[in-house]
Amino acid sequence: MKLFDALWKDAPLATRGEITPKLGFLLTVLLAIVWLIPFLWMGVATLRPVSDGINAMAELMPSLKPTLDNVRDAWEIGDFPRYTLNTTIICTGILLVQFVTITLAGFAFARLNFAGKTLIFYLFLMQLMLVPVLLIVPNLKLVAQLGLYDTLAGVMMPFFASAFGTFLMRQAFEAIPTELEDAALIDGASLFQRIRHIYVPLSMPSFSAFAIISVTSHWNDFLWPLMVINSPDKRPLTVGLSVFTKTAEGTQAWGTIAAGTLMVIAPLLVTFLIFQKRFISSFVTSGIK
Amino acid sequence: MRSISRRDEMSLAEPAALPVATSAAPRLHVLKRFTSSFKASLPAYLLLLPSLVFLALFTYGAMGRVLIDALYQRATPKAPVRFVGLDNISAVLADPAFTGAVVNNLIYAVGTVVPSIALALLFALALSRTHAVNSALRAALFLPVLIPMVAASALFLFIFLPNVGLLDYYIGRLLPVLPNWLGDPDIALYAIMVITVWKNAGYYMLFFLAGLQAVPEDVMEAAHLDGAGPFMRLRYIILPELKPTFLFVTVIAILNAVTQVDHVFVMTQGGPSNSTNLVLFYIYQQAVEHYDVGKASAATLLTLAALMGLTALSFRTMANREGGP
Repeated sequence: MKLFDALWKDAPLATRGEITPKLGFLLTVLLAIVWLIPFLWMGVATLRPVSDGINAMAELMPSLKPTLDNVRDAWEIGDFPRYTLNTTIICTGILLVQFVTITLAGFAFARLNFAGKTLIFYLFLMQLMLVPVLLIVPNLKLVAQLGLYDTLAGVMMPFFASAFGTFLMRQAFEAIPTELEDAALIDGASLFQRIRHIYVPLSMPSFSAFAIISVTSHWNDFLWPLMVINSPDKRPLTVGLSVFTKTAEGTQAWGTIAAGTLMVIAPLLVTFLIFQKRFISSFVTSGIK
Repeated sequence: MRSISRRDEMSLAEPAALPVATSAAPRLHVLKRFTSSFKASLPAYLLLLPSLVFLALFTYGAMGRVLIDALYQRATPKAPVRFVGLDNISAVLADPAFTGAVVNNLIYAVGTVVPSIALALLFALALSRTHAVNSALRAALFLPVLIPMVAASALFLFIFLPNVGLLDYYIGRLLPVLPNWLGDPDIALYAIMVITVWKNAGYYMLFFLAGLQAVPEDVMEAAHLDGAGPFMRLRYIILPELKPTFLFVTVIAILNAVTQVDHVFVMTQGGPSNSTNLVLFYIYQQAVEHYDVGKASAATLLTLAALMGLTALSFRTMANREGGP
């Protein structure tokens, strides 16, 4: 009970004796445990040998004879190295182009005055509202017309411009004192030099926040690559995992499915556990991705 | 590129010079005025160009193409397209699969938005003070947000597996008859809702946590001294303060209920007997499985239109948040 009280030691003195907040806390703890159960099962089932039989598959107590056989099977059945490579190419490609487009556009909104600024601002804002995934049908047609059907470039292209990123950079650039730019201006720095050497280096936290949001959301994209990609060797992780799950489900190889799922989400989970604070603050700024 | 930067330096060096000159010009010089303001704006346009090209192709252009595609149809898959007016729209509206998908999506939206927001609020209230224990609990609740919906589906396929799955193994024993969670048309939609709530509650929690920072602690304490219990304080101090957060989160949650449906693809394919068919899955089926771009576009158009009211609402919220240009 002492430990429990310690959690409330910084609460206002008057409210410390109340029961309801503590009940709410207990309920949250219980739910947090429930929330973790699928992950727990994934870990336990990955290490469970096939010899334990299908009836022990749901057991959350780890097997006494842990084995990596499931990981090996998943690695061999699914083409996970290839899928990982494809997803990495997609996420990196999108992010690099986005860095360029959002820096330039963000700078224009933050520091330049131009005719039609409000109109163009709202044009950008509209992209935040028109969730891209709803436009899969016309965009698939366009990608096919551009000759990019079944290519990774086709998967990346619709995301090259980002209104969210543009607004994020605009906010970051606006916070930079103009005196710095004026000084560079006197030294004869060109527009691109000023962006490159003053604005970009001073906005690294915003770039990393944007990178976190962009990479997680495109790492997890499923429907769009499912439509654009046809050849098995160009599948990203999500599409690969769904095909792999279909195959393994038929043979009831749940340990292998757990191992495959673990491989797909491990990179994100590990990165999250290392950069927890940064992830959480980035997701708060994200709102609509 | 050098000439652009020079022009830009001019406008930066003498920001007041241009407006004065143009406002003094008589009406006859409208064209000249336009040209000079265009010239002054040119560097900005060039910086915006890369973004605008992609927005034009994949956002505004896409909307235009949906509008046009919805008006055309092929008699047979090989026949040339011909103009059919609103026939596609009426065909979609008359399609029981579509109306069924809309009804399912409405149930799905209500059944995911309300519980995930309620849970998010509970989590945020319980974990609002920052210390190591709460940070760990927040991380646990946030984990599902990070993983792909497809990975969540793979895990829940086993959780919902009849007889040997996780749910039946631990909880199903308490029931006299084991339900077939994903195989029963009356239950399947609720089963996939569980996944959505599990996946999103932690995300919405973050916004409530941020919103709770704005609730002043001394007001809470004063209310307590006046005899307000926890529920009174929630009702009269916290909830009014969180109103903008509620609005914002509700909009995102509704958008998610329409767009985030990957688990339908992996787990149920819209079945059994269309009971988990949602609007986006219907659109996908029409376009990819039936090669019916006209009908798919018409359904897209209706969905976009239905989200319009919501869009306008979130538009305002976002504009306020962004503070305008």
